[in-house]
Amino acid sequence: MLYQLEGSQALARAIALCRPKVVCAYPITPQTHIVEGLGELVHSGQLQDCEYLNVESEMGAISVAIGSQAAGVRSYTATSSQGLLYMMEAVYNASGLELPIVMTLGNRAIGSPINIWNDHADAMSARDAGWLMMFAESNQEAVDLHIQAFKIAETVKCPIMICVDGFILTHAYEQVDIPEQGEVDEFLPEYSPHIFMDPKRPLAIGAMVSPTDFMEVRYLSHLRQKNALKVIDQVSLEFSAKFKRNSGGLIRQYNVENAETVIVAMGSVLGTIKDTVDELNMTKDGQFGVLSIISYRPFPKQEIRDILKGAKRVIVLEKAFALGRGGILAEEVEMALKGENVGVSSVIAGLGGKIITKEMLKECFLNPMENECFLGLNQEVVNREYRPLVNNDVQ
Amino acid sequence: MFQIRIHGRGGQGVVTAAEMLSISAFLEGKHAQAFPSFGSERMGAPVVAFCRISEKEIRLREPILCPDAVIIQDRTVIESAHAFEGVNNNGFALINSPSDLQCDLAKTINVKCIGATEIALEQVGRPIPNAVLLGSFAAFTKIITIDSVIKAINTKFVGSIAEKNIKAAQVAYEQTLGEI
Repeated sequence: MLYQLEGSQALARAIALCRPKVVCAYPITPQTHIVEGLGELVHSGQLQDCEYLNVESEMGAISVAIGSQAAGVRSYTATSSQGLLYMMEAVYNASGLELPIVMTLGNRAIGSPINIWNDHADAMSARDAGWLMMFAESNQEAVDLHIQAFKIAETVKCPIMICVDGFILTHAYEQVDIPEQGEVDEFLPEYSPHIFMDPKRPLAIGAMVSPTDFMEVRYLSHLRQKNALKVIDQVSLEFSAKFKRNSGGLIRQYNVENAETVIVAMGSVLGTIKDTVDELNMTKDGQFGVLSIISYRPFPKQEIRDILKGAKRVIVLEKAFALGRGGILAEEVEMALKGENVGVSSVIAGLGGKIITKEMLKECFLNPMENECFLGLNQEVVNREYRPLVNNDVQ
Repeated sequence: MFQIRIHGRGGQGVVTAAEMLSISAFLEGKHAQAFPSFGSERMGAPVVAFCRISEKEIRLREPILCPDAVIIQDRTVIESAHAFEGVNNNGFALINSPSDLQCDLAKTINVKCIGATEIALEQVGRPIPNAVLLGSFAAFTKIITIDSVIKAINTKFVGSIAEKNIKAAQVAYEQTLGEI
């Protein structure tokens, strides 16, 4: 049924439809409304057979999720920004232990300087932690990805992080189709782990692994991620068949056929990019296309290569970067295109909530640039504050 | 697409106003997107919220720089918040003010002042002008109907608070209809 809802409230309802038995979280902006919403659903009895735990920190939140998931129950948590960093040690543990926890990351910048607004620095800090990671373009997709997430994670035996842009999506009211409980129950079977911690059948998990086997264990995790490529596609197809709309999958193409320039991005900025490209194509005759990367981990390298190799130019726009090097997604796309004659430019945009407008994007897409550009960077401020090294500084 | 920007201060229900506007449009079968521009979430600090209404799905996520209408919940933010910046020609400005403001903009856009805080105090007993302004907005712009504004208020508030806000919105609606 269609509702006009705040993104976070829509997500709380969608997650409740997936019947988690444990929800644990520590509040941090901009994720808080999601777990508050779930707390109300548990309190009112709309989400039954679920234990809602207030924990003392994000480290507590992920630790509870690990414990309850290891005990064999579907577990959910959410965080943002510094909260993710605070739980990071256990984030790696969750994937190493093959626990299919679902976590929402309400994407927010990482300080300092402290900043509560949206970018993808938090997600990028977990990009090698062994979690599956998917990015939502709209609140509808965020809802749909969460319903798919439990199925994907439990099939692959790997935790999954659904990235939802802070404020831009979490706090936006828009139309969302929320499925009925019966439909979700048909799509998502009850969680039944084949192995779990049980006092009647004692077992140990997380034992130390010596140098002879550690690489093998890691490699097996890598293979699970590779398997997830198929599972993500399959679950997305099942979802479309059941709910009659396309959501999720590895990647999504928009006007890519015959496009000379393809813009690659993740998350909510894709909507603004598509509107920009539509306007440019009215005068530029179909020159621009868009490739949405929905699954960032596993990284669908081959699928990206197959689509982008026909383009003349690729512009990767991302809301994070590796200081001292540059675009993170840009470099991964460049690697995917290795050996192909396609120029890849990197655009860093929207850091700490910096606005991204159609006008800014148009100028950026139309004017051939250097390899790297920071969209909307105020050069005056940079020039004023930058102190180049002088000879005496270098000993 | 019709774009609305709402200016006011923390505690005046600016964000809720944008949300209720989007719910009103949704109830009329339109697509709508409401979102806040959070800065300092403090009582009294300037706050901006946005709402887009369209017949088609809304993908655009940029802040509203060229609104078709602005709603000013607190006239003391007009200068500091550049509240009229970018308003389209023939657009609308609805201002919470008991007396008409002298304003050059009146030549190019439709300006309407209404003592929303006074109506809110009288009808609701609290100086929160958001529902009042939405009632007035329905009469002033005809973008949404008063019926859907009332339904939207009912989704956000319950009991006597809802009833009083609905009455306040209706009073503002009638008053504005009589004046335009």
